[in-house]
Amino acid sequence: MRATLAGAITAGAGGITDIRVLMTHAMTTAQSGQPPHFIRNISLKHNGRTVIESEINQAVSRNPVFSFRLQGGAKGDKIEVSWLDNKGESNRIEGLVA
Amino acid sequence: MNRLRRTLLGAFAGLLARPVAALAAWNESAFGAKTLQDALKGIGAALAIPSKDLLIDAPEVAENGAVVPIEIQSNIPGTSWLAVVLEKNPFPLAAKFDFREGALPFVKLNVKMAETSYVRVVAAAGGGRYFATRQVKVTIGGCGG
Repeated sequence: MRATLAGAITAGAGGITDIRVLMTHAMTTAQSGQPPHFIRNISLKHNGRTVIESEINQAVSRNPVFSFRLQGGAKGDKIEVSWLDNKGESNRIEGLVA
Repeated sequence: MNRLRRTLLGAFAGLLARPVAALAAWNESAFGAKTLQDALKGIGAALAIPSKDLLIDAPEVAENGAVVPIEIQSNIPGTSWLAVVLEKNPFPLAAKFDFREGALPFVKLNVKMAETSYVRVVAAAGGGRYFATRQVKVTIGGCGG
C-alpha cells in the first residue's frame, strides 16, 4: 500500500494552511464478499505535534482523499500524515508547507 | 541494581507502548453499530441538538454512490470533534475527526453511500453535542467495493 501526500499544502489567505492527502488503499467493505480491509486511523502532525486524529470506517471511498485545514502554519513547516488499517498495515508520509 | 533495572525497563516499555496505543484507538461499538441510534449512542451523541452553525456541502444527487464528496465545517466555537454519519449505510458511522489546537474543524472526504439517505454531521463543543443533516439522493449504491 502506498500513500502520497498530494502536492497541495499551501499557506493561504488569512493564515490558513490547506492540506490535501491521497492514500492508495482498497478500502474493501464487508458487503464486497471479501474480508473487509480498510484504514481505521489517520493522524496528522504539524511540526511534530498531533493536531488531528481520526477514526474512519469502511464507508470511506477507495483510495481515500482528505482535505484538512490548519490555523497558522508557515512556509517550510513539516506536515506528517500516517494511517493504520484493520490488518495492521500502516504508512507515513511527509511534506513541507509550500 | 534491581531498582535501576526496573526503571530502565519501565521507560522502554513506555516508549514502545505509547505510539501503538495512540494509533490503535478505534471505537468498535460505534463503528460496528448497525443502526443510527446505536451509532449515535456509541459516540455519545444520542441527545445532540440541531445547529445552523454546522455546514455540510454534498451533492443533491450522487450518480455513483461509491464516491460521494462531502465537505463539513463547524462554526461552533470550541468544536473538538466532528463525526460523519450516513444514516442508511450498513454501518452508519463513517468517520470521526478529533481536532486539537491549531486544526480547524473542517474536513473534505469521499464516502460510499448504499442508498439515498440523510448525511448527518455531529459536533462536540464544550459539553454540548450538535447535529445537522443533508439529504443525498443516490442513483447507484456504492457499498459493494
